[in-house]
Amino acid sequence: MSEIEDIFRFVIVAKLTEEQVIKIVKQIEKQIEVIKAFYHTDEETIFQESALYKVKSNSLFEQRQIQNVIKKSHANIVTVNPEFFVIEKTGFRKETEQLYNDLAPYGLLQFVRSGRISVTKSPMQITHILKEFSK
Amino acid sequence: MSTKPTLSNPKGSITGAEAIVRSLASEGADLIYGYPGGAIMPVYDELYKFQDHINHILVRHEQGAAHAAQGFARVSGKVGVCVATSGPGATNLVTGIADAMIDSTPLVCITGQVPSHLLGSDAFQETDIIGISTPVTKWSYQITRVEEIPVIIAKAFYIARSGRPGPVLIDITKDAQFASADFSYQPCTRIRSYKPVPPTAETDLVQAAELINQAKNPMIVWGQGVILGEAEEEFRAFVEKSGVPAAWTILGVSAIETAHPLNVGMVGMHGNYGPNLLTNECDVLIAIGMRFDDRVTGDLSTYAKQAKIIHFEIDPAEVNKNVEVDVAVMGDVKHTLAAIMPHIETKTYPEWLGQFKELDAIEFDKVIDAEINPTKSGLTMGEVIKTINANSKGDAVIVTDVGQHQMIACRYAEFAQSKSNITSGGLGTMGFALPAALGAKMGAPEREVVAVIGDGGFQMNIQELGTIFQTQAAVKIVILNNDFLGMVRQWQQLFFDKRYASTEMVNPDFIRIAEGYFIDAKRVTEREEMTAAVAEMMKSDKPYLLEVCVEKENNVFPMIPSGASVSDIRLE
Repeated sequence: MSEIEDIFRFVIVAKLTEEQVIKIVKQIEKQIEVIKAFYHTDEETIFQESALYKVKSNSLFEQRQIQNVIKKSHANIVTVNPEFFVIEKTGFRKETEQLYNDLAPYGLLQFVRSGRISVTKSPMQITHILKEFSK
Repeated sequence: MSTKPTLSNPKGSITGAEAIVRSLASEGADLIYGYPGGAIMPVYDELYKFQDHINHILVRHEQGAAHAAQGFARVSGKVGVCVATSGPGATNLVTGIADAMIDSTPLVCITGQVPSHLLGSDAFQETDIIGISTPVTKWSYQITRVEEIPVIIAKAFYIARSGRPGPVLIDITKDAQFASADFSYQPCTRIRSYKPVPPTAETDLVQAAELINQAKNPMIVWGQGVILGEAEEEFRAFVEKSGVPAAWTILGVSAIETAHPLNVGMVGMHGNYGPNLLTNECDVLIAIGMRFDDRVTGDLSTYAKQAKIIHFEIDPAEVNKNVEVDVAVMGDVKHTLAAIMPHIETKTYPEWLGQFKELDAIEFDKVIDAEINPTKSGLTMGEVIKTINANSKGDAVIVTDVGQHQMIACRYAEFAQSKSNITSGGLGTMGFALPAALGAKMGAPEREVVAVIGDGGFQMNIQELGTIFQTQAAVKIVILNNDFLGMVRQWQQLFFDKRYASTEMVNPDFIRIAEGYFIDAKRVTEREEMTAAVAEMMKSDKPYLLEVCVEKENNVFPMIPSGASVSDIRLE
């Protein structure tokens, strides 16, 4: 999805030299359906990842420290039932990893993390670009 | 007011299969290559009904269909079309599609697919051809709804032929072929997310012209882009006004004639001595419609480091891909070469051109003379090509396979007109030449087409003799037989201590095979009979196979060893 209907934005993280990234961007742009490809450094974007942590409910009551871990991490509790509860944390990789490390001793039933989503700090004039393309 | 039904606008609804055939016919695809099978049968039923509009050539293997379509496209400048069924039919096309991708050949490949309700069920002859072909096509698409057929086929032709050409694959499920819908064919002229030709910046043209005008020892390396862009005239005018010595890549040859005084020969691994060595001495290198393939450049860290480099290119992804350039002139060379002309000074470089001639003389003494005028017994490949030249006067289309014979043919064949050298350059597909020659002959029936093939490559698509027999396309086939996979053997000799692992071939009697297909054939082993045999072959107005038994262990020189610098080119 993107801010424009029927236009989809993909974020791909590449750990490469700038020279290599430029070549990849050109190859992506060469795909017939791709309207435009850009590359940015971490510093030029706001980016986040989302993670879900599934923990046994009884550990919440049996091990009080876990409540402090959750509070300290500013994570959200998505759901709680007698069997398990699910925590959601959005942030930088090191933040979701920190929470993973903090929760692991209490027993994680499941853990999953999304890929990166990001927006640029500077304006990205896709509407303008689309107009150019439609010419 | 009712209009008369036409091919592109029939009355009432029609089946998907008929829509496919009408779409092809509407694009002017009157000659296509293919092989029937279960998932494409509705289309064949329509091809039967539309045989007055479309001549379908039944090949003997789908790979042959793809290569024949390539040969047709390369010689005619039109889009080649091939058709195959699902599963093995589709996968057999893949090598030809990959070859067309890397050599920028416009193809539209139509494959049948199992009915959409069986997709993903491992149905009989089901394969994910979209998944398989995506990396080797310019575009691919699976049609599951009949309504999509004309729109998608129109897009396919537009994408295949525009910008930097390439192959497109359209996979069509059998239920979409059977279903019916209204049909009206509109050619595609624009796709929002696809800009085939990047805009040319005037500043780049001016900057390039300045570099060219100030150069002391400039050199042009041109590639197939000149031919694909049909920019031969603009290119000739540019070369002649600028006076710059011009060398070619293997796919660029024939854009201007071999005999042109500024044509200084071939660059690359088995290219000529002069242009390779002087690549590293020129002060401005003007690359036109070429992509700095590793077979051209050798070691990149020592390639033309002293030179300012100008790149005329249509594909932005090729700029700075292998070689960093100083000025990139984006756009179609037909346009950019014309646009730069007013900025270019009329010049000549007699001394600099003299350096090419001196090196050429050295190469002639050390390599060329012995190859084309041999005095030892044992036929050389070069003298056969020289004899073909003497008969063709440079007007033949030379189709080559891959290996030693290919390098010798491209080095020594003389060309008087463009679109005359059809070879598998980028992919190096053995088995290319025989079907490609068939396609070339059908794409340019008025021209002489000579396929020069090694004994190895000939046997990789030998079954296409059947198609040549059935169509009676007057292809002249020259097998340069050294009973070896010669190029691999050469590398084994030079770099693997003569350990000839799996390169010696025990060959069948090629003449009897040709006779089995009722194709005139002759074998020669002696110099005296070779000249007459080539002349006899060229005179024939039917398909003809000439087997020339050449010296078994000759090598192709000059040679830039793999990974070495162009400066390290070896004459022996």
